[in-house]
Amino acid sequence: MSALGGVVRAGVGRRRTQTVVLVLTTLVAVAASVVAAGVLTASRAPFEHAMAEGRGAHLAAQFDGDEVTGQELAATARVPGVTAAAGPFRTLRLRPRTLSESAALPAGVTLPALQVTGRADPGGPVDRLRLTAGRWATGPGEIVLAGDEWPLRPGDRLALPGAAGGPALTVVGLARSVTGTADAWVTPAQAAALSPGSGAVTYEMLYRFRHAGTEARMSAARAAIAGAVPPGALTGTRSHLVVRQEQLANALAFVPFVAAFGVLGLALSVLIVGIVVSGAVGAATRRIGVLKSLGFTPAQVVRAYVAQALVPATLGCALGVALGNVLAWPVLGDIDDVYGGAPASVPWWVDVAASAATLALVAVSALLPALRAGRLRTVEAISVGRAAAGVRGRTARRITGRLPLPRPVGLGLAHPFARPARSLTTAAAVAVAAVTVTFAAGMALTLGAVQSHRMLDSTAPVVVGTGGGQGPPGAQVVRAPGQPDRPAADPAEVAAVLRAQEGTRRFYGTARAEVGAAGVAGRTLVTGYEGDASWAAPDLVAGTWPTGPGQAVVTRRFLDAAGIGLGDRLTLTEAGRRTTVRVVGEAFFTENDGMTVLTPAGTLTALGVDAGPTSFYVQPYPGVSEDAYLASLNKALDDLGAYAHPGGDGSSDVIAAMDALIGTLTLLLVTVAGLGVFSTVVLDTRDRVHELGVHKSLGMTPRQVVGMVLTSVAGIGVVASTAGIPLGIALHHGVTPLMGDAVGMDLPGAYLAVYAPPVLALLLLGGPAIAVAGALLPAGRAAGTDAAGALRTE
Amino acid sequence: MTTTAPPLIDIRDVSRTYGEGPPALAGVSLGVRAGEALAVLGPSGSGKSTLLNLIAGLDRPSGGSVTVDGLRVDRLGESASARYRRARIGMVFQFFNLLEDLTVADNVLLPAQLAGVPRAEARQRAAELLARLGVERHAGAHPARLSGGERQRVAVARALMNRPPLLLADEPTGALDTASGDDVRELLAALNADGQTIVLVTHDLGLAASCATRTIELVDGRIVRDSRDVRPAVAR
Repeated sequence: MSALGGVVRAGVGRRRTQTVVLVLTTLVAVAASVVAAGVLTASRAPFEHAMAEGRGAHLAAQFDGDEVTGQELAATARVPGVTAAAGPFRTLRLRPRTLSESAALPAGVTLPALQVTGRADPGGPVDRLRLTAGRWATGPGEIVLAGDEWPLRPGDRLALPGAAGGPALTVVGLARSVTGTADAWVTPAQAAALSPGSGAVTYEMLYRFRHAGTEARMSAARAAIAGAVPPGALTGTRSHLVVRQEQLANALAFVPFVAAFGVLGLALSVLIVGIVVSGAVGAATRRIGVLKSLGFTPAQVVRAYVAQALVPATLGCALGVALGNVLAWPVLGDIDDVYGGAPASVPWWVDVAASAATLALVAVSALLPALRAGRLRTVEAISVGRAAAGVRGRTARRITGRLPLPRPVGLGLAHPFARPARSLTTAAAVAVAAVTVTFAAGMALTLGAVQSHRMLDSTAPVVVGTGGGQGPPGAQVVRAPGQPDRPAADPAEVAAVLRAQEGTRRFYGTARAEVGAAGVAGRTLVTGYEGDASWAAPDLVAGTWPTGPGQAVVTRRFLDAAGIGLGDRLTLTEAGRRTTVRVVGEAFFTENDGMTVLTPAGTLTALGVDAGPTSFYVQPYPGVSEDAYLASLNKALDDLGAYAHPGGDGSSDVIAAMDALIGTLTLLLVTVAGLGVFSTVVLDTRDRVHELGVHKSLGMTPRQVVGMVLTSVAGIGVVASTAGIPLGIALHHGVTPLMGDAVGMDLPGAYLAVYAPPVLALLLLGGPAIAVAGALLPAGRAAGTDAAGALRTE
Repeated sequence: MTTTAPPLIDIRDVSRTYGEGPPALAGVSLGVRAGEALAVLGPSGSGKSTLLNLIAGLDRPSGGSVTVDGLRVDRLGESASARYRRARIGMVFQFFNLLEDLTVADNVLLPAQLAGVPRAEARQRAAELLARLGVERHAGAHPARLSGGERQRVAVARALMNRPPLLLADEPTGALDTASGDDVRELLAALNADGQTIVLVTHDLGLAASCATRTIELVDGRIVRDSRDVRPAVAR
C-alpha cells in the first residue's frame, strides 16, 4: 500500500463516527435521488416505448354518426398536422352477460358496459393492437376483449341482450391497446349487425399528430379535427396525455416530494462533509505537520483528506443505490402490468448519475478544508499541535455573563460565537433537518386530508343501501345458491324511515348513472344528489356547491378531459335526450379517478334516468351512539330490504406508501443531521478538553458540563428551526401542488394551510430537539472528561 | 492551633498505579495541618502532580484514603467531587489555565457563579480579590494582555474566590520569569501568613524555602524526606 493509501486508511479507521456519518449522509442523498429520478424516468419510459412500438393514438375521437358521414371522417386524416389516422370505426356500448362458466365468473353475470369497436384487423397506421392471447376476430359471433381487464379467456361465451338480435359471441382473443381505444373488438360486419336499426351511430377515429407532446398542442389538434367536421359531430376525445396521466398518476405523484428529499439530502451531504472534513483537519493539525515533515507534498495532503471523505461516501453511494432501488420497486411495481412488458426498474444510468453527482459534491465539499490542510505550514502545525483556541466570541461571553442565567448556560449560549464558521455550518445542517421535518409534517397532514376526503360521501357516518342488487354501475350481485332475489327498497319509504328515526340529524340520497358527456370519450358517471348534501360534499377548490338542477361540480381532471373550465356549460346526453349543466364548482376527490359529475338529482331526471336514490348518507346528532343508532335503524329498515352500515372508506395503499416513504426519508435525514451535530460536538469537546478540565477543576459539576454543552447546540437548534420552518413551509407549498398536477388535480387551499399554531410550536422544538439529541452523548462524555489529564494538555 | 486537632489533609497509605506500569504513588501517608504551607519536591515523574490531583479529587487512588477537611475525597462521585473542589479547594497551575475568552473579572467570578453565589456578593468578592492582588485595573481585560506574573495573580484570585480552606499550587512559578516568580512567591508567602493552607508542587527550591512551612520530597512515588519546621506554621 502506498504511503498516501496508508494515511487515508488510518484516517478513515480512526474517525469511525465521522466515517459512519459520511456513509449515512451519502446513502440518504443517493437513495432519495435514485427514487426520484428513477421513478420519473422509469415510469415514463414504458409508456413512451409502448406508444412508439404500437403507434399509439395521440387522440381517440368519437363522432355522432347522425352529424357526419364516413367519408367526411376519412377526410380528417388530411387535416394539417395529422401524420396518421385510422378509422372510422363503428362503436357501440353493450352490456354482455356471461353464458358459460369460467374460472372466475359463473354463467349469467352481467358485466359492466363495454365500448365495442368494429375493426377488421389489429394492425394499421395507428393503434396497433398487441394480441396477448388467442387470435383476432375474423367472422360473425367472435369478439376480442381488451387486455386483462375482464376475468375471461378465449373460449368463454357472452350474450349481448341489448344488441340487435341478442346474439351470442365467443371470446377468441385478448388484445392490448396502449391508449385503451376500446374495451372489445368485433369485425366491422359484426359491429354493423349488432347496431340497433334506428338511433345514433357512433364512430371512432384514431389520430397521430406531428406535435403532440403538450396539452396545448393536443388542444390545437383537437380544435383542428373539430373544425374539419360539421359542428356538433365531434362528441368526445381522449388524448394520450390523459391516458398517460391516468396510468402513471400514482407513480408520478411520488416524484415531486422524493425529488425534494433528494435535494435536501444533497444539501445535507455538502454540509456534513464540510463539517466532518473541516473538523478532521482542525483536530489533526499536528498530524498534518508530521506528515509534511516526513515529505508529504501539499497536494498529497489535500488528496489524503479528500480521499478520507470519498472512501465512506463511495460506500454510502453503493448502499444508497441499493436502498433507492428497493424503495422505488413498489412505486414502479404496477407499471409493467399496464404495458405488459418487462417489470419497470430504475435505469442503470440513473444509479450511476446519482452516485457520480453525489461523489462530485462530496469531493468539492471536502476540497476546501483539505486545501486548508495542504496550506498549513509544517513548523506551525507541529508546534500548535491542535487547532489554536479562537479568540472570537468574547463579546458574546461578556454579554451572556451579565444575563441572569446559570453560568454554564451563559457559557453554552456564547460558545457558538467562538467558532462561528463551524456553528454556522452546524446550524445549516440542523436547518436542513428542520426544513425536512417541517416539509414532512406538512406532507403528512396534507396526505391525511387527502386520505380523509378522497372518496365521495366518506364523511357521512352512516350509509343506507336500498338493496336489491343496487350498487355502483356495473356491479353485479352474485347471490349464494338458493338466495332469493329481493327487490330494491322504495327510496321514499327509506327516506321516511330515516326522518322518523330518533337521532337522525340530516341525510341525503344519491343516484348514479352513466351518461354521455360532451368532450369526454366513453361514458361518464354522474352522481345525482337528492337533499342537502353540502355538509358531506367534497372539498371545493373553487366555486360553490350546486344549489339546484342544472348545476354541477367536477374535478380539474374532468375539466381538462372535457376541455372546459369553471363556469362553462357541459352537455350530458342519454338515449337521445340531452341536458346542459353549468359547472359551478371545482372539487377534489379521487373516487372513480375524479371523473364523476356531481349534480342535483333533477339533472338525471332531465335525461330520463331514474333518479331515485340507491344510497342514503346519514349524520346522527352529536352524542348519539353510532352502534345503537345502526341497530335501531336496521331494525326499522328490515321490512323494506334496505340495510344501514357505518360510512367511511378504507385507506389508500398509495397514500400509505407515500406516508411510509416520507417517514423513512425524514427519519434518515434527521438521523444524519443528528449525527452531524454529534460529530461536531465530538470534535468540539475534543478541541475544548483543556477548557473543560479547567472548568472541572473550578468545580463545574458533570450536570453543569452537560448543560453547558447542550445549551451551546440548543441555541443553534433554535436559530436553525427559526430559519428552517419558513423554508419547509415554502417547500411544502411548492411541492404539494406539483403532486396535484401529477394526478391532474387541484388541491383545496385548506389542504395546504396545515401549519396551525400548535403544529408550528411543535416544529419550533424540532431544531433544538435534533441538536440536543445529537449532542447528548458527547456532552455526557465531556462531563466525564479526565480533568487531571486535560489540564496536562497545553 | 493545637496539636490534637485533626489534620486538614489526611492521606493514609495511598497508592496510585496506571495500567501495568510502576506505581505513580506507593504507600504514601501524609498529614497536613491547617495553616501549613507544604512544598512537595521531587524529580519529574516522582508523583508530585498525582498527589496534588488526588488531594483535589481530580483523580482517585488505587488504594488508601484521602481525607480533606473531614471529607473522604477518594469516595466522592463526580458531582460531589466537583462540589468539593468548588467549596474547599482553590487551584493554581503552572500555565495559569485562565479562560482566554473571558475577561479577568469573569475568570475570577467563575467559581462563585458555578457555586450559585448571589451576583452582587460575587462581584464584591471578586473586586476585593483583584484589588488585594493588585490586578484590579485589568478587570475588564482579557488574560492574553497581561504579563505572566499578572496572569498568575489573577489565577490566585480565582482560586481564592470561594474562600477555600486549601490552596493547591502546581508549579506556580514554573512558567514565569525571575521577577514574576518572585512576585508570586511573595504573594503565596503572604497568603500563608494570613492563615491560608497551601500545598504547592515545585521544582523551585527557592520557592519552597521562601514560602513553605514544610517540605516533603517524593522519589518514585514514595516520600523519601519530610522536613518539618523549615519555617514555623502561622497560628490562626
